[in-house]
Amino acid sequence: MELQPAYGKAPLMRFTKDHEWVEVDENGIATVGVTAYAAEQLGDVVFVETPDVGKTVKAGDGFAVVESVKAASDVYAPISGEVVEANAALGDAPETVNAAPEAAGWFAKVKLANPAEVDALMDRPAYEAYLQTL
Amino acid sequence: MAQQPAEAPLQTTPLHAAHIALGARMVPFAGYDMPVQYTEGVLKEHLWTREHAGIFDVSHMGQARLRGVNPLAAFEEVVPGDFINLKPGRQKYSVLLNRTGGIIDDLMAARPVTPEGTGDDGLFVVVNGACKENDFKVIAAELAGQVQIERLETRALIALQGPEAAAVFQHYAPQAAAMAFMDVRLMTAFGVDLIVSRSGYTGEDGYEISVPGAAADRVWNVLLSDPRVKPIGLGARDSLRLEAGLPLYGHDLDETTSPVEGDLAFAINKNRREQRDFPGAARIVKELAEGPPRVRVALKVLEGAPAREGAEIADASGKVIGVVTSGGFSPVLKCGIAIGFVAGVSPAVGDPLKVIVRGKPQAAEVVKAPFVPHRYVRKLA
Repeated sequence: MELQPAYGKAPLMRFTKDHEWVEVDENGIATVGVTAYAAEQLGDVVFVETPDVGKTVKAGDGFAVVESVKAASDVYAPISGEVVEANAALGDAPETVNAAPEAAGWFAKVKLANPAEVDALMDRPAYEAYLQTL
Repeated sequence: MAQQPAEAPLQTTPLHAAHIALGARMVPFAGYDMPVQYTEGVLKEHLWTREHAGIFDVSHMGQARLRGVNPLAAFEEVVPGDFINLKPGRQKYSVLLNRTGGIIDDLMAARPVTPEGTGDDGLFVVVNGACKENDFKVIAAELAGQVQIERLETRALIALQGPEAAAVFQHYAPQAAAMAFMDVRLMTAFGVDLIVSRSGYTGEDGYEISVPGAAADRVWNVLLSDPRVKPIGLGARDSLRLEAGLPLYGHDLDETTSPVEGDLAFAINKNRREQRDFPGAARIVKELAEGPPRVRVALKVLEGAPAREGAEIADASGKVIGVVTSGGFSPVLKCGIAIGFVAGVSPAVGDPLKVIVRGKPQAAEVVKAPFVPHRYVRKLA
């Protein structure tokens, strides 16, 4: 079976300069999380405050809060839309953000309001090139 | 307080290269480039210290000798503790007070002697790194003509903390086995002269070791070569001291806080209370008798996110009664813990309160500090 990217070119995962990732499915639902680089920088995650389901977010708004032993860090919405699901598993296992940041450690799913916002984000090679500049 | 301006070049400790070699993440702290964590991260470093032994570079702290005709009596003019009766070989926690009884800094002051009881030479004081310039200026001004201050700026300070710290250190310094909590000795070990106290800032047993700067790297590496020892950064130092319920100057204590408000009345000795001869005595004696207008409390956060510095504290009805001055996640208790100040009547252990985190009230409870029991060795077996 051939994978058909919903937006733009493969790979499906897109990235922001703030180290969030977005993966869009065929129904226009974007899964949002933080990248492996962000998870490494944050250190051991001990608490995640995910957004409430039903909340409408705008790209750049505060979206979630990730807490390590030392500090709380804001995560910004990389895209706009309505939150349709939050990752309840992070309540009992916030360390999943460190163990699998770009998979099981996702934060929330958002029904995209403006799919073009996704195309404006970096693909993986561009994100990895960006990491080299930091 | 005497925080250095951001643009000032950062100072380094004699262990700076050792931190870099260990892969530490370095941050500016108290004007120094210091390790906030090593490769394993804050959580693992914290738990390692609670289970084994952690080694900390605290060389940014201010070390000095106060000498004079009667340095102990002179020192009592700036602190509320009984120092005249401080025995040779003993260390004492105290607070440097301003004229209105506010805390300029908290500190340790000691009379180090050799195991034979010789070498008693004035008062050895250790103050906070961020406050040290101002502290020594204040002491010099207040005690002018009575004490001379010799800053020990070339010495490093290494803390070895944790249940296995004593066994590790005593292997190299057998003389340290005869020391109990808050004992302080002059000794030779690792081929150099050390000033060693059995104390720390983690709630664990352990030693704080003042080392000549030139030998610091060697002492550090020898201790670190023991498999029971791992390097611990300032991040875990903060979470460890928070679990131990120990206040952090500049956060939980400042120039407006009295030692009574700061829950440090133990540092105001009985004879000094009667003599009322320390700075701010009128306010402090009144607060001891009538209760202070606000008091430091320890809070366990029962739900939701950790409450951090600046979070408001509310009573059960939702009325804001105070503020968190330091808070975070307890790796041992696996929940949020906080130190804060509340106004009015001192809350009782078990009182339900709220902490307001990002606008949301979360259940919290007043607990008795420390959050994690101290394991000081007060009596030798």
